[in-house]
Amino acid sequence: MESWRGRLQPLAAVLLGLSLGLAVTAVAGENPWNVLKVLAQSSLGSWYDLGMTLFYATPLIFTGLSVAVAFQAGLFNIGAEGQLVFGALGVAAVGALAPGVPSPLAPLVGILAAVVGGGLWGFIPGWLRARRGSHEVINTIMLNFVAAGLSSWVTLYLLRNMDSQNPETRPVGAGYLLGHFSSVFGDAPFSGAFFLALLAAFGVWVLLWKTPLGFEIRAVGQNESAARAAGIDGARIRILAMTLAGALAGLVGVGEVMGNSGKFRMGFSPDFGFVGIAVALLGRNRPVGVIAAALLFGALQKGTAALDFETEHVTRDLSSIIQALVILSVSAEGLWSWMKRRKGGMGA
Amino acid sequence: MSIVRRVGSVFLVFACLASPAFAGIKVGLVLDRGGKDDKSFNTSAYLGVQQCKSKLGAEFKHVESPDDTSYETLIRSFAQKDYDLIIAVGFAQAEAVKKIAPQFPNKRFALVDSVVELPNVRSLMFEEHEGSFLVGAMAAMSSKSGKVGFIGGMDIPLIRRFEKGYEAGVKSVNPKATVVSNYVGVTGEAWNNPPKAKELAISQYQAGADVVFGAAGASGMGIFDAAEEKGKLVIGCDSNQNWIKPGKVLTSMVKRVDAAVYDTCEAVAKGQFQGGLKRFGLGNQGVDYALDTNNDKLVSGEMRKKLEALKKSIVTGKIQVPDFYKMKGKNG
Amino acid sequence: MADSLQGPAAAPAAVELRGLTKRFRHVVANAGVDLRVEPGTIHGVIGENGAGKSTAMKMLYGLYAPDEGQILVDGKVCSWRTPQDAIRAGIGMVHQHFMLAGPYTALDNILLGAEPSPSWAGFLPRSLRPVDRSAARARLQKLSEQYGLPVDLDAPIERLPVGIQQRIEILKLLYREARVLILDEPTAVLTPQEVIALFENLRKLKAEGKTIIIITHKLKEVMSFTEKVTVFRAGRVTGEVETAKTSPQELANLMVGRKVVLSVEVPPQPPLGPPVLELDSVALDRRHGKLDGVSLQVRAGEVVGIAGVEGNGQSELMQAILHPRDPGCRSSGKVRVLGQDVTANTTAEIKDLGVGLVPEDRHQEGLLLERPMTENFLLGLQRSPRFASGGFIRQDELEQACRNAIREYDVRPAAIDLELGRFSGGNQQKVVIAREFERKPRFLIAAQPTRGVDVGAIEFIHQRILRARTEGAGVLLVSSELDEVLALSDRILVFYDGRVAGEFKRGECTEREIGLLMGGGS
Repeated sequence: MESWRGRLQPLAAVLLGLSLGLAVTAVAGENPWNVLKVLAQSSLGSWYDLGMTLFYATPLIFTGLSVAVAFQAGLFNIGAEGQLVFGALGVAAVGALAPGVPSPLAPLVGILAAVVGGGLWGFIPGWLRARRGSHEVINTIMLNFVAAGLSSWVTLYLLRNMDSQNPETRPVGAGYLLGHFSSVFGDAPFSGAFFLALLAAFGVWVLLWKTPLGFEIRAVGQNESAARAAGIDGARIRILAMTLAGALAGLVGVGEVMGNSGKFRMGFSPDFGFVGIAVALLGRNRPVGVIAAALLFGALQKGTAALDFETEHVTRDLSSIIQALVILSVSAEGLWSWMKRRKGGMGA
Repeated sequence: MSIVRRVGSVFLVFACLASPAFAGIKVGLVLDRGGKDDKSFNTSAYLGVQQCKSKLGAEFKHVESPDDTSYETLIRSFAQKDYDLIIAVGFAQAEAVKKIAPQFPNKRFALVDSVVELPNVRSLMFEEHEGSFLVGAMAAMSSKSGKVGFIGGMDIPLIRRFEKGYEAGVKSVNPKATVVSNYVGVTGEAWNNPPKAKELAISQYQAGADVVFGAAGASGMGIFDAAEEKGKLVIGCDSNQNWIKPGKVLTSMVKRVDAAVYDTCEAVAKGQFQGGLKRFGLGNQGVDYALDTNNDKLVSGEMRKKLEALKKSIVTGKIQVPDFYKMKGKNG
Repeated sequence: MADSLQGPAAAPAAVELRGLTKRFRHVVANAGVDLRVEPGTIHGVIGENGAGKSTAMKMLYGLYAPDEGQILVDGKVCSWRTPQDAIRAGIGMVHQHFMLAGPYTALDNILLGAEPSPSWAGFLPRSLRPVDRSAARARLQKLSEQYGLPVDLDAPIERLPVGIQQRIEILKLLYREARVLILDEPTAVLTPQEVIALFENLRKLKAEGKTIIIITHKLKEVMSFTEKVTVFRAGRVTGEVETAKTSPQELANLMVGRKVVLSVEVPPQPPLGPPVLELDSVALDRRHGKLDGVSLQVRAGEVVGIAGVEGNGQSELMQAILHPRDPGCRSSGKVRVLGQDVTANTTAEIKDLGVGLVPEDRHQEGLLLERPMTENFLLGLQRSPRFASGGFIRQDELEQACRNAIREYDVRPAAIDLELGRFSGGNQQKVVIAREFERKPRFLIAAQPTRGVDVGAIEFIHQRILRARTEGAGVLLVSSELDEVLALSDRILVFYDGRVAGEFKRGECTEREIGLLMGGGS
């Protein structure tokens, strides 16, 4: 079990990254205190802002869980971006091709489509790793490109929305759309997908820490040869874990397609899949940690979007520098403590 | 006291007379993902608003969207504050405008390159095919190989419209000429990928094309580099880009987003703003080819004469330039 | 005990450590270590794993810098930052795992890092000077004659037997003019014959005036080859004794801090039952390892010991039994476990028949070091009805079982939530054994069961293995400690180069006979 110091370290990393980012804005001629105020206000200042923050946090919970599950199985899933594209495409395709499905059933069909789409995109690198021994880092990166290419082909040639200049699919049937909680969050596209994300996190926790299968996943991740000697089929577990990771990332499509735009828009994700890696690192690959980290990054995403508008000198690029510095410092801390653990293990 | 006040008010009157009487409007500009420095479409919009500032004394602020979901937030932020006019640049913002505009019936909105039919939204549309036709004609006149190129940014109807107009212009001068076409990509990334655009341009030049027209947003910079490297000609797009590589840029198909934006600001300032669709074509200088000292030597007097004649024929309707939007059913 | 006669009259020690202290974060690895090695002697350094003997030696040869204390060489205080500094002062180390580059010749390996150059090349930067091999060769030949260390200088290292490789490591130090040679567990990878040869060499070195320090855990070697012994326990020196005046029992007591039983009492063998393991010409192709048509049988109620120098197919043998389906573990031959042909079965299926496994490398194959004891206890049992029901793990049941195991096997500390990496080697091994016995195995594979385990725990583990035999299980014991094999086994199979090179019954063989077979003789 981790000590309180181990728990505080990632928090310190966030603060360090944030202060570095604020220092950069100070160099650019902005009052850092003011920047911080804008960040806080525009991410939590009103119900609408909070709704937006939760909206941005939702996909990050999914991708963070995806990366975390893979991590627990000893795999590095850099493919959440491709998996979420496929999940979203799955929802959009089903919703566009079978628009008549009525409401209580349609969302379930959509969720299933997201799981299948993303899961497929996780299964492939899992299978390649387990059966062919090719490294999942390479495979998932490559599959991100394949997903981008395939999804654009499907979008432009099979399901194109002819009413729009945007490269997007036809809208899904009305039955698929999740309601917005407009009485609380106003216009923010906050939907039931957020609760689905919380449910997924709970599910992952139960699976990994309460069931034999989850134990096997973690055992393989921690020490594959020991798991093998204990009779656990590492190859099968890895395929399973990657498929699960893919399915989790695919669920991003639920929030995006059914909860927000009603269609698959190419390039809709501002790198949710990659930020998910930082979310998982910051959340120490634990579901509760992932939720907390995703909320933080969601707030940051919402907050930085407003910086350009609310301040004199902080442009879009400077905002992304702030975000990047936080991610960098979190990742560096994650890597550092991982290496330290390795070294400690060797010294035994 | 009263003297002071009187003198003050005299000054005030003078001040009002000095700058146009309708000073003081506030304009919010929401650029798309290309950003202010794409030296093309967004730059043009930015320059238009800046002109409002210097000529109309308008106050303005611009923002660039970091992702597709933020358009809505940014437009709303402007609307919630005391901005009189909010200009959204790029068709990607159509939906956001459609959603926000009805919530703020007292604010005015302008949308570039897409149509939203609401009373407080002015949609600024350009007849890109007409301008493209003229630069196509110029390309054919300047080409020695009889082979010219076209490089689009993202493969979308808007850019197809450029391509078809350009092609028609080329054929009108030299029916035997061939046009090679390539697109940088199919996602938003295609507007921001100069290396890929450069690669495409180099391969077109190597395949024998000696003039290439690039309609690729910020990716266009790669095409200019390729032209310089290969010593061939290039045609710029949206803004007047003749200055980027003087002597290598045959002309630019200017899309006067700046003029359209300025026009809209002026209407708001004068209290004459009306919603609805506003088209900008060759007739009202909304699109045009650019001539300046940078390409003076590349365009002969004879060419100019022929071009003016073609322009006239288009404006009067004697020449019908094929419009991709009308070729493929209806479009936003 | 610790009779430090450090008066000015005494001759200066070859090496002396005074009050050396070394801390790693919160762990004190050495606390005030005093050690005195007389010139021209062989000095033993013993202690259990983690007792601090290696740390002290690493400070001596320059890998670690001490936090406190002094190192004296020939009576002069020294301080150095790197092993290079130490070798310049005449102190060198032969590591347990040799530091040799396989494809290069013995000569090149010896010269590596200390290449001689002809005198005319002095103006060149060091890295650009040509290597004067002939001068080096001449010097090495002289050295190897002087110390009786014959070596073929032109043979690539990887083709030489381990004993010769070790000889090259020693030559490497002599070439660098080391006067004090530290050898870390030098006999771990040697056959008994090679061990004898090594110690003959060491005696010769001693006669030529070299000082030798041997780090080991084998009391027998200490007793027969050293003049003095320093015993470490828990980071401190607990005794410095003259070998002639001590006994293995006293040394063991000093190492453990209490009285230990050194000899194994073997209960009478129960009647033999049906076979628990039958191998029929099991082989593995050479790409994957050494296993050449091995046929053998283990019956219920007997301990069959596999003796052999490490790397002669013992690991492959166990892999073939556990993973017969995997072509990387078995390419031909039949495996029967507890009367059932398991050639096509999964590892889980085989283990579920009633097979317990104490793997040869518990860190690699037995444990999840970063996880608490509970999870380590669960490993392999996660789907057993005892610990899983209705798709969930029965946490209470598991914790109860762990607490019982802690009591029964005397695991320390008694903390079921502590990550296993923080337990000592012996206690980790106890967890492995407790877990495997939880299965009530009818066939037990015990590989290197006492490796890196403290003397106190060895006693316990041996008793536990023998009890399994008494209770009617069949045991396959694989160990590179010949003494262990001899003490526990009812039958001994000697492995050499992936084959069974010989078979003996208990008491029907001498150590010498087995040693010859282990080295490939017949």
